[in-house]
Amino acid sequence: MSNEPNEWLDINLTVNGKAVSRRVSCRKHLTDFLREDLDLTGSHLGCEHGVCGACTVKLDGNIVRGCLLLAVQCNGARVETIEGMSESGELSDLQQAFHELNAFQCGFCTPAMLITASELCYGGHAVTRDDIRKHLSGNYCRCTGYQAIVDAVHATCIARGQGAVK
Amino acid sequence: MRPEHGMSNPDGRDSGCDRDGGVGLKSPAFRYVKPASLAETFGVLKSFGDEARLLAGGQSLLAALNMRLASPRVLVDINDLADLAGIRVSENAVTIGALTRHRTVERSPDIRRYLPLLYQAMPYVAHPAVRNRGTFGGSISFADPAAELPACCVALGAVFQLASETGVRSVPAREFFKGMYETALRPDEALVAADIPVIGRNYRSAFAELSLRHGDYAIVGLAGHAKYEDGALSDVRLVYFGVGSAPVFAEAASRILEGKTPSPGTVLAAQRELPRDLAPNDDAMYSAAVRMHWAGELLVKVVEQFSAKDEGNRE
Repeated sequence: MSNEPNEWLDINLTVNGKAVSRRVSCRKHLTDFLREDLDLTGSHLGCEHGVCGACTVKLDGNIVRGCLLLAVQCNGARVETIEGMSESGELSDLQQAFHELNAFQCGFCTPAMLITASELCYGGHAVTRDDIRKHLSGNYCRCTGYQAIVDAVHATCIARGQGAVK
Repeated sequence: MRPEHGMSNPDGRDSGCDRDGGVGLKSPAFRYVKPASLAETFGVLKSFGDEARLLAGGQSLLAALNMRLASPRVLVDINDLADLAGIRVSENAVTIGALTRHRTVERSPDIRRYLPLLYQAMPYVAHPAVRNRGTFGGSISFADPAAELPACCVALGAVFQLASETGVRSVPAREFFKGMYETALRPDEALVAADIPVIGRNYRSAFAELSLRHGDYAIVGLAGHAKYEDGALSDVRLVYFGVGSAPVFAEAASRILEGKTPSPGTVLAAQRELPRDLAPNDDAMYSAAVRMHWAGELLVKVVEQFSAKDEGNRE
């Protein structure tokens, strides 16, 4: 990249396994880039200041807030969104549990909720309901009251041999 | 906090509503640069002075930009400066590089062993997705009055290394935090590391926080550090956050606990001192009286932790 500060820059990154090259405004955050430039509208914008969690995606394998990351900062990085993670099937048992246990109503928070939960229930260690609540504390849901979401994540953990008592 | 439609920027720059009827919290326009070295970083800071802001994890700064609470002309992304990331243990201190992510601190066995106060506090520092990205130095430099790490650093006697083109100066945490989002950092400087003394023999750490939602900024929080030997407390350091414009060392309450055995009576005596130490303000959510009450409740928890067995304390 250039040594001089710029308002626009060319970026190259991998999104859901595909190489992407675009010219972007430096002030554009990752979620606007995904939604507007790549038509990946599964990442949602609720608050746009890091509180609601609806924009959660994975950056180089770790969950991050898409609204608190500039698209230019993702140059050279690997980004995964709900679209990619759904297609790959890696979330399918968690998605099934959300469906069966009524863990979503309007669905606005659901993509980010799934991605955030996936970091926990595929993490390979025992998970309690309290762990789940703490882990999901950064993701707002205005419909369910969370109980059903915790049920679904816990059920997935147990099915994957990671459930802990309570 | 949403900007109104057509809200103009005083300096006439891009208002951010770049779609017809576009609504949302969009950052004002800025120029962006990602230096490859600290020397290059200082060069940019020299050119742009206080119109430039360093961008580390961005978990507070980018939110502030989106809310138009800050409008730097140049963002200097230091995420390529790998030398600034990492945790090093020496004989007497742990050095935490400014670019060390919260997740790294949270999961570090060295932090758990040598700086148990930080180990206790880390789960309260925002939410997992924020901790994956946010940095230690960013939290210190941003100096949010309700943030956990500044208070922990004051309690632990951390010393910050502030680097500029002309060299590095050391500033103790107690002198670093000047007020709400205000620190001792000059526009040409970058915080590069924190040196934090390892926990001493028979010292105990304690941490308690009240927030609306786990991981949110504190309504009131308390970081405590003290020696606990033969049933008595000494070198007591109680540092509150969320109740002032910067971390508040509760001197009077800490002093009254000196030499005392933790008991309901000694806690009550310390609680009675709190009005000398704290002067919380009323705000839209909570009255000063309520905050003061909660500050006293956290004191109970922290003193209990000082004398409790094991939990987060080095044997």
